[in-house]
Amino acid sequence: MERLSRFNIVSLVFGFAFLYIPILILVIYSFNASRLVTVWGGFSTRWYVSLLSNQQLLDAAWVTLRVAFASATIATVLGTMAALALTRYTRFRGRILFTGMVFAPLVMPEVITGLSLLLLFVAIGLDRGFMTITLAHITFSMCFVAVVVQSRLLAFDRSLEEAAMDLGATPVRTFFAVTLPVILPAIVAGWMLAFTLSLDDLVIASFTSGPGATTLPMRIYSQVRLGVTPEINAVSTLLIAVVATGVIIASLINKRRDVQRRRDEQAATQG
Amino acid sequence: MNRLVSAIAARLTIIAPYLWLLVFFLVPFLIVFKISLSTTVTAMPPYTPVFDLAEGWAALVEGLRDFTHENYLWLWDDPLYVNAYLNSVRLAAISTALTLLIGYPMAYAMARAPSSLRAVLLMLVILPFWTSFLIRVYAWIGILRPEGLLNQFLFFLGVIDRPLVIMGTDTAIYIGIVYSYLPFMVLPLYATLEKMDFSLIEAAQDLGCTAAGAFWKITVPLSVPGIIAGCMLVFIPAVGEFVIPDLLGGSQTLMIGRTLWNEFFANRDWPVASAVAIVLLLVLVVPIMFFQQAQARAQERGR
Repeated sequence: MERLSRFNIVSLVFGFAFLYIPILILVIYSFNASRLVTVWGGFSTRWYVSLLSNQQLLDAAWVTLRVAFASATIATVLGTMAALALTRYTRFRGRILFTGMVFAPLVMPEVITGLSLLLLFVAIGLDRGFMTITLAHITFSMCFVAVVVQSRLLAFDRSLEEAAMDLGATPVRTFFAVTLPVILPAIVAGWMLAFTLSLDDLVIASFTSGPGATTLPMRIYSQVRLGVTPEINAVSTLLIAVVATGVIIASLINKRRDVQRRRDEQAATQG
Repeated sequence: MNRLVSAIAARLTIIAPYLWLLVFFLVPFLIVFKISLSTTVTAMPPYTPVFDLAEGWAALVEGLRDFTHENYLWLWDDPLYVNAYLNSVRLAAISTALTLLIGYPMAYAMARAPSSLRAVLLMLVILPFWTSFLIRVYAWIGILRPEGLLNQFLFFLGVIDRPLVIMGTDTAIYIGIVYSYLPFMVLPLYATLEKMDFSLIEAAQDLGCTAAGAFWKITVPLSVPGIIAGCMLVFIPAVGEFVIPDLLGGSQTLMIGRTLWNEFFANRDWPVASAVAIVLLLVLVVPIMFFQQAQARAQERGR
């Protein structure tokens, strides 16, 4: 093991300070008693209280959660299927086109994805709203799920599946009894990624939403354009807290599973 | 019976995501292309339909004659658009270089840190990536404004006697992009550097190479796949970025994502917005292909 050089330590401290100080300031100023964002007027939770009576913001948050939940769930199913298709079936007609369509949305600028989906919805005469935002979010987040699950499938030991089938399990049963439990952590990670991508999206939602379906990022964006208010800081702090808690819990669970697995493996080799 | 179920399941696994992507990715894309070739009218939707498949073959041929490339000529003739494209590429390229400059030492130090510390450091890089993009950009408004915290701090230190103007300049955009995309740079760099065999450096130094020499001759060449992946992951989305130039940039800052947005929402010129989208994609084709090739090569090596 190495000791870190002074330069290494400086670059770490600088990098993490850069990443975290703005977020920290944002959180601190959400407890500011003053209406001015840049002047400290003492500690107060008044902005959190005033959030509770901001019906527009609450409505938007509710729409966003529903869209995120629905789109993440469907995107996870479709994305997992796409990952299986990419890793398990190396030969089928149009595979190159399929691979391209799975990877292209990952690098596609959001403005283009948004515009193209909107034009589709207009062309087929679909009313814009909750439904169209959800369809749009499924489309781009299923590709992220596919990539996450695919990397787990590539590392997967296929002899386990072969063993199950030799013992008489049908492919479908093998999938649910052997493959699925192994790739489940990747599927859960994919769902979480899809959920946060949807929660976070401003650009695609702005293109594909209609009257009556305003998401939280859209509401925040329109308020930010009017001026910075501590209320936005309070919403942001709540969002950050929710996401950070989720990510930390997920990684702790993962770590526990890892430790457990290693212990099992050790027991198996020694026993 | 069981075999039939399995065969159907296998088919379904391919067909369901395939159809979904055809309908919601490829077809929309063709529609953008089609509309970019049509004429603007004041109606809803605000363009003349170029052709309609329901009207049969004759109408299709007739429709093809109505195609117009005038939207593209329009983009070419108006310096606003050309400048917006050039400016987007320039701002994205400079920001990518800055991100690499900050991200590389970070990734390197993470890769050399004791393994007990690595998991925590990795977590700390990933965490901001999960928090809202919009909120992270918003956080900088309070810092960079003329009466913002950065200026207050510099006043307090006595470094400046009049506020620095950062909001609304290119500098603010650089800060915004570097800040938002730093995890995208650090993660692939860390992934390649972590796998590197650091005894190679000791060997080089034993043979008389200086530390700097060993770094340039060994570490940098070995981390090229990570550098390419990181730079592409920052550069490609940065070119089409909308939120950062809109919130941190000034009214004169031209970036193509914002131009497209305005063309669509403010001017309601859907054909021109579509043409802007097609050209933006053409600008990005080269870096995207480059990125895909690098990814494919990395996957080959990984097996």
